[in-house]
Amino acid sequence: MQWANAVVQGLLLGGLYALLAAGLSLMFGVMRLVNLAHGALAIVGAYLGYVLVQKTGLPPFATIIVVIPLMAAIGWLLQSALLNTALNKQALAPILVTFGLAVILQNVMLQLFTADYRSIQVGDLAGASIQITPDIAIGVFPLMTFVVGVIVIAALQQYLARTKTGRAMRATSDDREAATLMGIDNKSIYALATAIALAIVGIAGVFIGIKTQFNAYSGDTYLIFAFEAVIIGGLGSLWGTLAGGMILGVATTVGAQLFPSSGTLLADLVFLAILVFLPTGLFPKVVNG
Amino acid sequence: MSVTLSDSTAANRARVQRSTRASLVGLVVSIIVVAALAYGPYAFLSKGNQQNLTTLFIYIILGTMWNLLAGYAGMVSIGQQAFIGIGAYGIVYAADILGLGLWIGLVLALVISGIVAHLVSFLAFRLSGGYFAIGTWVIAEVIYLITTQFDTLGAGAGISLTTFRGYKPEIRIAVVYWIALAAVVVAVAVTYLLLRSRLGAGFTAVRDDATAAATLGVNVTRSRRIAWVVAAMGCGLAGTLLAMTTLNVQPGSVFKIQWTAFMIFIVIIGGIGTIEGPIIGAIVFYALERYVGDVGFWYLVILGIIAIAMVLFLPKGLWGLISRGGRLQLFPTGLRLATPLVTPLATPLATTTSPTSGTPPTTSAEDL
Repeated sequence: MQWANAVVQGLLLGGLYALLAAGLSLMFGVMRLVNLAHGALAIVGAYLGYVLVQKTGLPPFATIIVVIPLMAAIGWLLQSALLNTALNKQALAPILVTFGLAVILQNVMLQLFTADYRSIQVGDLAGASIQITPDIAIGVFPLMTFVVGVIVIAALQQYLARTKTGRAMRATSDDREAATLMGIDNKSIYALATAIALAIVGIAGVFIGIKTQFNAYSGDTYLIFAFEAVIIGGLGSLWGTLAGGMILGVATTVGAQLFPSSGTLLADLVFLAILVFLPTGLFPKVVNG
Repeated sequence: MSVTLSDSTAANRARVQRSTRASLVGLVVSIIVVAALAYGPYAFLSKGNQQNLTTLFIYIILGTMWNLLAGYAGMVSIGQQAFIGIGAYGIVYAADILGLGLWIGLVLALVISGIVAHLVSFLAFRLSGGYFAIGTWVIAEVIYLITTQFDTLGAGAGISLTTFRGYKPEIRIAVVYWIALAAVVVAVAVTYLLLRSRLGAGFTAVRDDATAAATLGVNVTRSRRIAWVVAAMGCGLAGTLLAMTTLNVQPGSVFKIQWTAFMIFIVIIGGIGTIEGPIIGAIVFYALERYVGDVGFWYLVILGIIAIAMVLFLPKGLWGLISRGGRLQLFPTGLRLATPLVTPLATPLATTTSPTSGTPPTTSAEDL
């Protein structure tokens, strides 16, 4: 039963989409900034993992331990040096700056790694699977991706709900002026949010690198998936984003069976249908602005 | 938009005007340049140069349209390649497959672009800001993927434009050049006239503050939709020109997001929110592409860095430098005060109506 299998694979794929979308959602939630370079940054993470495996011989999953702080540092720098400035300029500046950044990153990666497709090799794990029924097998790696996606979403949710800086982030999101008056330095909160967002997208990048072949242009598709997951799930809801990712994952794997030549068409159509019939997403949460 | 601005004391009427000496000179120079360009193929323009200029004209149209959207109506779209593709496929479909010939094909391609834009606006307008931007991109992807499902349109392989078969190459190149020249004039003129109209005042009001504009009676969604449809038709027009120059429409090439990247660079480099900006930007962009483009991908990296730097530090672009911060306007869309008001109260009042361009001595009421 290939359809049942496609659905199961799709649900697991949702974990990867949620990882991709969480950072996008966080940055939009905290500073109302839609990071058009998010997809390109995921591919930066994938290349970081790839280079680490090639140069240092680290086991593929261990690269995540190095990629997380690296991406967080990039995020912190990016926000402090560039995006905070852009947020203070005219209304279109942040969108245009992140778009320019996406073009820059994409072409730098193209120059460094050519347009050849790469992937991070994990050996036998790539094909390993657990047979559930005679027809349905769950891949070990897709399952790992899903579990990591759920853990990251849960951790982020807890962080925002329970820690002091998490509360500061939500306060800044709700009302920047008031939060500033309460002694919150919104610029460092923004830098922290971007650092977290990029750390998460770095994890997503490494998983992308293991899951499929990628090149500098692959980020475009992942930005679209991340965005669709956020909108389907409802702005501001992290668990919604996970649900959105899972719906999108199923639409992708089933769509690949229906339209082999344009695999993402069904996913895009599902997204547009939700935009028409449920414009606030599946789990709408009231957000300001 | 009334022609006279007056404060409550009727005795103190201020006269406002739109045209200035600079704009008159601008109009005359534009007419001379266009006339010279139109005569060019008979005299001083080689085939190669006509083709080069056709490319430049396509860039000017694209820049002007993106500027209409982002610079005036405040909508950043990264999905305009959808309409380039629809224009390109539209002319092939109407002119060749339906056999309607070049001219009807051209018009029909524009009509199709407009209709599709109108329909998808009901989807795209559910999103705003950055999410609107990505939403337009998704819509463009869907239109691209659907197009490649049709075998009559060549599926994934593309399709040729055959309506020029039988033309000698030099005739074809000149005809396409003239169409492109006419298209630039139409695109810039339509944008200019649109912005001078009541609607144009509404656009800028919506861009600067949609809520305030709505309370003043501007129909925000309608204004945005008109700008969106016009910009889509302009991009469709550019798409038909692309089909006419390459004679071959390939889905991966007409629907690529790089077109929108080019539009954004053109507008940012030239100066957003002015008619002149995209024209200057297109010329600079074309020159860069032609003379620096062979350094490969670093060229796009440099372009990206320039664009970011300009957004942050020179938001009015090159035209902002040339026009000394908006004092010089060749295509003035707003009104400016001809005789300053006398009452001490009135002057600050008049200035506060135009927060973006309070540049004395000619206090312009551009954003009224």
